[in-house]
Amino acid sequence: MSATTTTATPLAAPDRPVAPKTSGSHNRKTIGDWAILAGAIVLGLLIFAPFVLILMNSFKSPADYATSGPLSLPTQLYFDGIQAFWERVEFPEKLWNSVFISGMVAILAVLISVFNAFAIGIGRVKGRTWIIILFLLANMIPQESLLYPLYYMFKQVGLYDNVWAVIIIFTVIQSAFGTYLLSSVYGTFPKEILEAASLDGASRWQILWRVIVPISRPTLSVLVIFFFIWTWNEFLIPLTFLVSNANQTVPVAIATLQGDRLMDVTTTSASALLGLIPTLVFFLIFQRTLTRGITAGAVK
Amino acid sequence: MVTAPVVARRKARAPSDANALLPNSGKGGRAGFWLYLIPGFVLFTVVILVPLIWNILLSFTKWRGIKPPEFIGLDNWVELFQDEKFWTSFINSVAMIVAMVIVPTLLGLFLAAMLFDLIGKKFGGRLASFLRATYYLPQILPVAVAAIVIGWILRPENGALNTILEGVGLGDLQHNWLGSPDTALLSIMFVMVWVQLGYPIVIFMAALQRVDPELYEAAELDGANWMQRFRWITISIIRPEVFVVTLTCTIAALKVFGPIYTLTRGGPGTSTIVPSYYSYSEFFQSQQVGYGATIATALTVVVVILTIAFIKAQNRAEAAEGGRS
Repeated sequence: MSATTTTATPLAAPDRPVAPKTSGSHNRKTIGDWAILAGAIVLGLLIFAPFVLILMNSFKSPADYATSGPLSLPTQLYFDGIQAFWERVEFPEKLWNSVFISGMVAILAVLISVFNAFAIGIGRVKGRTWIIILFLLANMIPQESLLYPLYYMFKQVGLYDNVWAVIIIFTVIQSAFGTYLLSSVYGTFPKEILEAASLDGASRWQILWRVIVPISRPTLSVLVIFFFIWTWNEFLIPLTFLVSNANQTVPVAIATLQGDRLMDVTTTSASALLGLIPTLVFFLIFQRTLTRGITAGAVK
Repeated sequence: MVTAPVVARRKARAPSDANALLPNSGKGGRAGFWLYLIPGFVLFTVVILVPLIWNILLSFTKWRGIKPPEFIGLDNWVELFQDEKFWTSFINSVAMIVAMVIVPTLLGLFLAAMLFDLIGKKFGGRLASFLRATYYLPQILPVAVAAIVIGWILRPENGALNTILEGVGLGDLQHNWLGSPDTALLSIMFVMVWVQLGYPIVIFMAALQRVDPELYEAAELDGANWMQRFRWITISIIRPEVFVVTLTCTIAALKVFGPIYTLTRGGPGTSTIVPSYYSYSEFFQSQQVGYGATIATALTVVVVILTIAFIKAQNRAEAAEGGRS
């Protein structure tokens, strides 16, 4: 880890795009500047340290941990902890459940957001501000205040302990944010394009699918990624609705096993590692989109 | 939000459509657009509106989930206000606000300004982005998994933190961090600071790009020191983002559930109980659905009031700003 940060320093050329060119005096580095840089790097190391600790100890045998403690590298690579946990929770099944639920929610919620935003942003239906505020309620209110009625309802219709219950609920919750964001994006959609399409005789339905959706595809793909990750990370509702092992998501399966007799110290570490790997992978793949998206969401 | 001016040459045939971006070509005029709202409205009604109202009604009943609910008027609410456990849960929510809003926002403001202003300019933007990504990393974890990571470090026997304390000669400070009432809440707060810190940093750094560097140079020539420039230029320009971050994080802090469920289940005793976990345990462990619904409704009322207050304060601040310039 320390190797990464020290090599990063010489890499940093003074004329990176983030830093606007300023007068020469700005680029002279005082001792204070170096001290602040050191502080920032130490903070980064502290924030990163838990990841390193988990990684090191997931490949240790419990005996190795008992003798040399949590801070040393494993004396030899030990895969039994990870393997035991992997098999115990049937990890591939949990992974598939999470991918399926999050993927379906991402697609369905974007679809609903597009329909809503088409009516609100392009169609400018009456009372649109109130409609957006109403939808945002879904995002704002604590999920506990929906929990028992939803539990009772889905039990009545036979969808309790079924991934579709979770998919339906999160489609609504995520599309609330999508409606809010897309409505303001569509509200500034270039009018000329819409008029041209309309003069060519395209119907509303055709304009939506052949003009608006293709043009707004960058925003839609940010929303898909966001909804996917947000749904992946959800906890309370999947915990309540997916009670049988075969239906659980990755975070729920890992959290419910904490304190189990099987969980010795290094297996617990391995369980945390398996829980964080998928999100780390998403982060590495989508880092750019995410940073762009987070900031777009905040300013809109 | 209404940006498109009414275009005069549009056919007068459809005055009600005058506001729409799309000329009235489809069937049914503007009413046609309502069709697109139907799926969203139906889903919203079934998943949000009906359960929300139902939950409020349940707060006036005694219900164990099997026989029909029994109406008991305000009994649950009277009980709630006298329930010490409930007040403890709310005080713990304040601790969550400290850990998820106050500390990350203040620290985030400072760190974002430092990364953007000093490290970005003097040591290169690439290093600044790298550090930003490192600070942001815990944010991407499912919060339950983040809790397990930190919980693992805080293990009482042979845990990483206790080992480190011993190693640096502070062995006396070793502690059962999550298992003792005096440090359990602090440990949860620690998890939340770790998770939350990156969010304000990323948002504030993006906002700082709006700050005109010339403004800074002018202030510097006028003899303003870094602290003064930070206070009077940076903060006032990125204030909208500060509002957004404070609001969204406060709501999130009031809803914390995952770390409590995974690490302490509200214990030891009631030292880490929060409203969301309290209502969950009333619903599914004590089978006191009516009382659980009362706790959840109270939490919802607090969230709604806070949101309205925040938005009003923001509008007032913007109006004041508009008047000054």
